[in-house]
Amino acid sequence: MITVIDYGMGNLRSVVKAVEKYTGKVCVSGDPAAIESSRGIIMPGDGAFGMAMRNLREMGLIEPLTAYIRDGGYFMGICLGYQLLFSSSEEFGFNEGMNIIPGRVVKFDSSSLKVPHMGWNNVVLRGESRFLDGVSSGSYFYFIHSYYPVVEDESWIIGEVEYGVKFPCIVGRGNCIATQFHPEKSHNAGLKIVENFVRSVCL
Amino acid sequence: MLAKRIIPCLDVNNGRVVKGVNFINFRDAGDPVENGKFYDEEGADELVFLDITASSDRRSIVLEMVKNVAETVNIPFTVGGGIRTIDDIRMILESGADKVSINTAAVMNPDIIGESAVKFGSQCILVAIDAKRNSGGGWNVYLNGGRTPTDIDAVAWAVRANRLGAGELLLTSMDRDGTKIGYDIELTRTIANAVSIPVIASGGIGTKEHIYEGLTAAKADAVLAASIFHFREITIRDVKEYLRKKNIPIRMV
Repeated sequence: MITVIDYGMGNLRSVVKAVEKYTGKVCVSGDPAAIESSRGIIMPGDGAFGMAMRNLREMGLIEPLTAYIRDGGYFMGICLGYQLLFSSSEEFGFNEGMNIIPGRVVKFDSSSLKVPHMGWNNVVLRGESRFLDGVSSGSYFYFIHSYYPVVEDESWIIGEVEYGVKFPCIVGRGNCIATQFHPEKSHNAGLKIVENFVRSVCL
Repeated sequence: MLAKRIIPCLDVNNGRVVKGVNFINFRDAGDPVENGKFYDEEGADELVFLDITASSDRRSIVLEMVKNVAETVNIPFTVGGGIRTIDDIRMILESGADKVSINTAAVMNPDIIGESAVKFGSQCILVAIDAKRNSGGGWNVYLNGGRTPTDIDAVAWAVRANRLGAGELLLTSMDRDGTKIGYDIELTRTIANAVSIPVIASGGIGTKEHIYEGLTAAKADAVLAASIFHFREITIRDVKEYLRKKNIPIRMV
């Protein structure tokens, strides 16, 4: 079973629909107990970083999720679920993150750029992930966000994109992958990542 | 590099597409799902569904349509038309739309922009502005699908909507809408320069050169078009090939 984590941050339906193209074994849950019994976890999310961390904390999800990822479980983070993996964010003040990947999430310079970074942008691959088979470097994915991560441990970086600055937008290692863009909204290239993830989990 | 977006707009009445793709052998020409899928596969970067339903049960009809579209379309889509309250916005987003477009309600009650941006995130709040030239060299905002004039300055309103938390603007020139003589470049550029959020240009497209002008001289981040795509006067693929040759960053499918 693949569990899509519901922690009160945005609409999960499109992610569930994308997974359902490849398997019927998907559920939505915010129950910490569901994490341990899952074969794979997807953490989507839109909205404010601080509120997301507060929700995760109140729901008792931070420790089981962190343990799950560190133990090498199949994990996919999307958008806010990508940013939460870093150490901290400066969105509406300083907020601690899950601190799985050393790095901090900072705001785009809105004096020189239109913010949010919204639309299709091409991603250059510089690392490898089993979930990117069949995805070519330079493919376009759909982004919508106002903050981006500065990653301290470069060994996590798999893909980068440029919007005013060049920043990592795919990170991961082993069975963990996380993307700043929305694979579920990114047509064939995005669905390929979802498909690879689902097929790996459901082997 | 961030690609410029090409966005077809579909008018929907009672859950049926009334201005959609013509001359294509759909099993059901009025099916929003078939229309959406067609454009999705043709390379549209997003879709806009503009609901013009007037009946009393419009809400349930619209939500049903949004759910069905969300099941099949794998690119972002916006739903607009008749949205009045935070509750309307919530239900449309929960049904699977990525963004909502608010127009008249935002002018009547500007607080709805900020409230919905805080609740759902700026990224899903698109403010639509219908603007028409006035005798003083500026532009005024029109409401209710262009039927009701106001004395509100369109540029000032765009800046205010930006400040209140809108994530994007959909700007329609009423002078140019339906004329096929090209965008009101001055209007679009003036507003694009005045705000810090993306601007989608609409109204006046007749040729792919117009789209190029909209994305360059008029400084729009995206273009919206209806009839030229529906009547297959130009295909999205043709537009994208043309723009790519002109060195505009474009996502090819």
